[in-house]
Amino acid sequence: MTKTRTIKVEALTRVEGEGGLYVRLDGERVDDVKLSIYEPPRFFEAFLRGRALEDVPDITARICGICPVAYQMSAVHALEAALGVTISPEIRRLRRLLYCGEWIESHALHMHLLHAPDFYGVDSGIDLASRFPNEVNRGLRLKKHGNELLEVLGGRAIHPINVAVGGFFKAPKKDDLLRLLPDFEWGLEAAIATTRWVATLDFPDFTRAYDMVALQHPDEYAMNEGHVASTSGTSVAVEDYENYYEEFHVEHSTALHSGRTDGHASYHVGPLARINLNREQLFPEAKVLADGIDIDWPCWNPFQSIVARGLELVHAYEEAIAIIRDYKQFSPSRVSYEHRASSGCAATEAPRGLIYHRYEVDDAGLVTFAKIVPPTSQNQQQIEADLRDWLPRVLDGNDDHIACECERLVRCYDPCISCSTHFLKLTLDRGKQA
Amino acid sequence: MSTRARHEQTQSSTRPKLAVVKFASCDGCQLSLLDCEDDLLAVAGVVDIAYFLEATSRIVPGPYDVALVEGSITTAHDAQRIQDIRQQSKFLITIGACATAGGIQSLKNWADHEEFMRVVYAHPEFISTLATSTPIADHVEVDFELRGCPINRHQLVEVIAALVAGRKPRTRTHSVCLDCKRRGTVCVEVAQGIPCLGPITQTGCGAICPAYDRGCYGCFGPAAQPNCNSLTDHYESTGSTREQLVPLLRNFNAAAPEFQAASDRLEVNSGTEAQS
Repeated sequence: MTKTRTIKVEALTRVEGEGGLYVRLDGERVDDVKLSIYEPPRFFEAFLRGRALEDVPDITARICGICPVAYQMSAVHALEAALGVTISPEIRRLRRLLYCGEWIESHALHMHLLHAPDFYGVDSGIDLASRFPNEVNRGLRLKKHGNELLEVLGGRAIHPINVAVGGFFKAPKKDDLLRLLPDFEWGLEAAIATTRWVATLDFPDFTRAYDMVALQHPDEYAMNEGHVASTSGTSVAVEDYENYYEEFHVEHSTALHSGRTDGHASYHVGPLARINLNREQLFPEAKVLADGIDIDWPCWNPFQSIVARGLELVHAYEEAIAIIRDYKQFSPSRVSYEHRASSGCAATEAPRGLIYHRYEVDDAGLVTFAKIVPPTSQNQQQIEADLRDWLPRVLDGNDDHIACECERLVRCYDPCISCSTHFLKLTLDRGKQA
Repeated sequence: MSTRARHEQTQSSTRPKLAVVKFASCDGCQLSLLDCEDDLLAVAGVVDIAYFLEATSRIVPGPYDVALVEGSITTAHDAQRIQDIRQQSKFLITIGACATAGGIQSLKNWADHEEFMRVVYAHPEFISTLATSTPIADHVEVDFELRGCPINRHQLVEVIAALVAGRKPRTRTHSVCLDCKRRGTVCVEVAQGIPCLGPITQTGCGAICPAYDRGCYGCFGPAAQPNCNSLTDHYESTGSTREQLVPLLRNFNAAAPEFQAASDRLEVNSGTEAQS
C-alpha cells in the first residue's frame, strides 16, 4: 500500500478571479487533479433574458473586468448575425483597433505583473521591479498605452461605453487618435524589446501534443471573425461550433468542462494557439521577430505562451498604428437595423482565447436565450490534463514546492476565473476514484 | 493532509497593511488598482500590500489596517467570510457597484432563483448560492464606500492617500448632470430625447456617456437626494415607456435603494410582471 497524500492550493494567486487547486497522489502516481473554482455564479445567461438586445454589450462586459471588450465584441457580432446586419469596413477596423487596446493592456499586465515573476521566483511584479526596474516600468507603460487607447475609443478602459449593436455610439475624432501615435511608436519598439527579453527566460523543457484551437481568417490575423481552426487540421464555421465543441459534466467533478463533441477530448485556446495557427499573418515586425527568436514554430511548450503574448503585443501595436494612421472620421457611426425574431452566434479572440456567444431574440428586440462560452472554461480540462503530466516531474520537493510548480503551469493559461458563467462551486470528493 | 503555507508573519512596518478582498464580481475594480500604472509602484511603497491574490503570491495574515472589498454577497460562505474580514480590518472600504449595491447580479433578487439555476446549470443541485445578491453594508459596518462600475482609479488613489495621511477620503456626491455642464456636453435628453440617468446618478465617471452621444445608465449609483420619480415621470411624459425605464434603472446599481424604489414603483403601477 503506497502512501496517499493530497496537496491543496487554497487560493491561486496572480490569476484573475478566485480558484484553487486540488491534487491527490497515490505514491508517485497522480490520482486526481482538480482546478477548483469557488467564484460564485452570477447567472448572466438567466437575467439577460427579457433584456433589450441593445443592453447586451454593456451587461456582458461585466462578466469580466479584465477582458470586457472580448464580451462586447462577441455579443455585438452574434446579435448582428441574428439581425442580418452587415457592418461597414470603417466600423470593422475600429473594432479591431478596440481589440488591439485590450490585447495590449491584458498581455502587458499578464506578462509583467502576473507571469514573469514565476521565472525569477518572486511573489509579484512589484517585487520583480526591484530587480528589473526598467523591464517592469516599461511593461507598466505598455499596459497604460492599451488603457489609453480604450479610453479614447471606448470612453473608459474597464467596461467601455462606446460599443453598440451596429457599430459605435460615436466615432472618435482623428486628432484624438493621432495624439496616441508618438507613444505607440515608442511602444512598438518597447514591445519588441520586451518580447526579446521574455524569449530568453529559462523555460522548463515541457512539450505536449496539444489540439490547439483558434479563429482563422483568410486575410488577416483573426480577432473578430473567421473559421474555428485547429492544429489537428479541422476547420469549421462558427455556426457549427456547438456541433464540434461542447460543454459537459465530468463525473465526480462539479465544474463544467469544454471538449470536442467527439470523445470530449481536451483542447487548448489562447495566444499560443493563435500564433501556431496564424503566425504567417502577423504584421511585419512581429513576423520577423517570431522568425528571429530562438523558438521552433509551432511551439508546444505552454510556458512559452509568454513569448506568444509578446508577439501579439508587437502585432497589436503595429496594427493599431496602421489603423490610426489611415483613420478618417466617418458617419453614421452605427448601422441601423430592425428587430426580428431570430438567432445568431459569433466567436472572437479574447486575450486569453476563443470566446463564443449565441443569442436568440424576439421581434420586439428582447433576448429570449443566451449562451456564453468563455476561454477559461474551454481551457479548464486542458489545464488539468497538463497538470497530470507535469506533476510527476515536480514531485521531488515538499508540498509547497509542488503546489508552487502547479500554480506556475496554471498561470501559463492566463486563466480568467471571473468569467464564471459556466463554473460551478467545487465539492471535493475525497472518496477513492477509479 | 498538507496545506500550502505561504503565510508570513507580520513584519514590523509602519506602512498601513492593505488587503484586497473579492466576493461576487468581475475583478474590474481591483484591476483599477493595477491600472494606477504611474502610481502603482508609489502606492506599493506607502502601503504594505499584505493580501491581494490577483497581484501577489505573498499572503500575510490579518489583522489589516485597510480592507478594500470588491463584490457582493451571494453565498452563505461569503456571508460568513465578510464577518471574518470585518473583524480583521480597522477600515473597511467597499469598492464598486457590486460591493456597495449588489451589482448586476442583484437582478436575481427580482427573479425566481430556482428557475435561474435550472436555466444556467444542468445540475442545479451542485449549486450553493443564496437567492439574493446583497451589498456588503447589509452584512457588516462599512467605513467608506467607493462607487462605480467600475470605480474611478483616481478616486481610489485619493482614498489610499487619505488613509495613509490619516484623514477622511473626499469624493463628490453631486450628479453626473453637473459634469456635463462643466464639460460643455450638449444634453442628450434635451437635444435628442434620449432617457438619461445623469440627473439622479452620482458623479465619478466624468460624464462619459453623454459625451459619446448616449444616455447615462447609472454606473455610480444614486446621487445625493435624487428625485427619481420626478425624472421617470418626465421621461414617461415625453414618450418613454415603463418597459424601457424599468431596465434602465435595473442595471449595475439595480438594488441601490433609490433606484430600486423607483423601478419597483414603475413596475407596480404598470402592473407588469417582474422582468429580468
